[in-house]
Amino acid sequence: MEIDWLFFFEVTLAGLGSGALLALTSVAFVLIYKATRVVNLAIGEMLMIGAYLFFSFAGGMGLPYWAAIPLALAGGGLIGWIVERAIIRPMLGENPISVFMITIGLGSVLVGGAELVWGPNPTQLPDFMGSAPVFIGEAYVSRKIAIGFVAASGVVAFAVLAFRFWRGGVALRATATDQAAAYSCGINVPLVFSCAWILAGMAATGAGILVGAVGGIAPTMGVFGLSALVVVIVGGLDSVAGALVGGVIVGLVEAWTGTFIGGEFKLLATFSLLIFILMIRPYGLFGTVEIERL
Amino acid sequence: MRIGALKESYAADQALFDTAFQRQMLALGALALIAFPFLANEYWLYLACLVSIHVIATTGLNILTGYTGLVSLGHAAFMGVGAYVVALAELKLGSPFLLNLLLAGAATAAIGMVVGIPSLRVRGLYLAIATIAASFILHFVFQNWTSVTGGVRGLSIPPASFFGRALDQPSELYWVVIPIMILMVLAAANLFRTRIGRAFIAIRDRDISAEVLGVPLLRYKLMSFGLSSFYAGVAGGLWVYFFRVVTPESFPIVYSIFFLAAVIVGGMGTILGGILGAVFMTMVPEALKLIVGLLSPWLPNAVAILSPVRTVVFGGLIIGFLIFEPHGLAEIWRRIRRFFHLWPFKN
Repeated sequence: MEIDWLFFFEVTLAGLGSGALLALTSVAFVLIYKATRVVNLAIGEMLMIGAYLFFSFAGGMGLPYWAAIPLALAGGGLIGWIVERAIIRPMLGENPISVFMITIGLGSVLVGGAELVWGPNPTQLPDFMGSAPVFIGEAYVSRKIAIGFVAASGVVAFAVLAFRFWRGGVALRATATDQAAAYSCGINVPLVFSCAWILAGMAATGAGILVGAVGGIAPTMGVFGLSALVVVIVGGLDSVAGALVGGVIVGLVEAWTGTFIGGEFKLLATFSLLIFILMIRPYGLFGTVEIERL
Repeated sequence: MRIGALKESYAADQALFDTAFQRQMLALGALALIAFPFLANEYWLYLACLVSIHVIATTGLNILTGYTGLVSLGHAAFMGVGAYVVALAELKLGSPFLLNLLLAGAATAAIGMVVGIPSLRVRGLYLAIATIAASFILHFVFQNWTSVTGGVRGLSIPPASFFGRALDQPSELYWVVIPIMILMVLAAANLFRTRIGRAFIAIRDRDISAEVLGVPLLRYKLMSFGLSSFYAGVAGGLWVYFFRVVTPESFPIVYSIFFLAAVIVGGMGTILGGILGAVFMTMVPEALKLIVGLLSPWLPNAVAILSPVRTVVFGGLIIGFLIFEPHGLAEIWRRIRRFFHLWPFKN
C-alpha cells in the first residue's frame, strides 16, 4: 500500500494539537496531585463546567471573547476553590481511596448540575477564532487546533517555569515532598492546597474552552478527562514534563488509530496503552517511584 | 434491653447469628419474604427482584472493595459479561437456566481474574484506573463483536423456564431470585469466617504485612477478583432473565459507580452494609420519581429533569456519606441497635 505522507503528516499534526489539549488538562490534574495527593477523577467534569461557563458568558450574555475568557477562568478557579474548601479539606488525612471516590461523586454532581442548568443537548461554542486554515508547508491544519496547540503549549511551558522559579511553585513542590517539613519552614500549607485547586480549576477551564471550540460542548464531554487520566498514568502522576510527553503520545495514538484503523478503536487503543504502561512501568515514564515501608 | 449474651462454647461464639433474638427476627424476616408476593402488587415485586439482583452484585463488590481493599470501577461491565453469557447460552445452547447462571458466574470469574492481573503490579488508585480501562475494553467488545453479541442491537432472550414453566412475570421470578440472593449473601457471610476471607481482610488492612505473614498476595487478590466477578456474573445473568434484553448500553460506567456508591453508602466491609446499600440506592431513584411526580403540576418539565437530578443525588450521597458517615448505613443501624441494647441504662 502506498502511504500518503502528506496525509499522514496532517493527521500527525492534528494528533499533536489534541495532544497539547490533553497535556493542558493533565497539568491541571498533576497540579492537584502534586500538592494534595488527591487523584481527581472529576477533572473532565471541571473542564466541562469551565466550557459551559464560557458558553454562558460569551453566548448567553453576549460578552466579547476577551471578557468572557477571563470571566470563565475566574469562575473555574472559584469552583476549584469551593470544591477544595467544601469537600477535599474535610477529607485531609483520610485513606486516599476514600478521597478518590469523593471525586467520583463530585464528577457525578457536576454532570448532573450541568444538565440541570444547561440541558442535556450538545451545543456549539460561539466562534471566536475564525476558521481560515493554517498551512505548515503543504499540510493543512485546522485553525482551532493550531490555536489550541499554541495556547496549551504556552500554558504548559509557563507551568514548568512557575514550578521551577516562582516562590509559590517552590512552596507547592515543598508541600508535595513533605507537608510537615513545609509547615515548619513557614509555608502556609492550607493556602497552597487552595492555590493548587484554584490554578487547576483555571487550567481545566482553559482546556475546556479550547476543547469545546474544537469539538462542541455537551454535559458528557467530561469523557475527555478519561483520556487525560491515561496521559497522567503514562507520564507519571506527579510530573509536569510527563504530562506533556504523555499528552503528545496519547494524542498521536488517538489520531493515528482514529484515522487509520477506525474511530471506534480510539478508546480501545488509549486504554490498551494504559494497561500496557501500568504493567511495565506502574509509576509512569517520569513519575516518582514510591517506596513502600511498613 | 439485653444484659450480656452468655456463650458456653466456641462454636456459639463463632456462630453467624449469635443471639436467640436475632434468630427470631430472621425467622420473622423469612416469613415476611414468603408472604410478600401474596400481599404486594406487581410494581413492588418488580422492585423486590431488582433490589435482590443489586444486593447480589453489591455483595460481590463488597468482597472486593470492602473486604480486600481493591477498588473496582468495572463491576457493571462484569455484570454485562454475565448477562451476555446467559443470553448466549439461552439462545445457542438452550441449557437449563440454573446451569446458565453458574456458567455466567464461572465465565465472569475467569474474566475478572484476567482483569485482576494488573493488581500484582499496581495497587489502590492505579488499580481502580486499570479497572476503568478494562470496563471500556469490555464495552468495546460488547459493541463491536457483532457476530456474537449482536452489536448495538444486543440480544433478546425468551423467559427463563423452570420445570417447563415460563418465568416471565416478576411474581414468578421472585421465587427464584430471592432464594439465590439469600444463598449468595449467606455464602459471603460465611466466607469471612474462613481462612480465605481472613486473608482478604489482612490484605485490606496492610498488604505488605499480610505478605510478610505468609499470605500469597497474588493468589488471594486474584481469588478476590474471581469471587467478586462470580457474584457480578450471577447478578448479570439474573438481570438479563429479568429484563430479557441486553445491549452494550445496559451496563454503562455509571452503573459501576452506582454499585460503588451502594457499597460506600451501605458501609464498606460489612455484609449488612452491602444489603442496606443496595436497597437504599435502588429505592432512591424510585423515591425521586415519586417526588418529581408529585411536583409535576408545578414543574413543567419534571420528567426531563429526573435523570440529571438522579445523577446529582447519587454523587451527593457518595460525598455526603464519605464525609459525614464513612462507615455507612450499617454503622447507623449498629448505633440504633446499641441504643436499644443499652436502654434504659444509657442513652
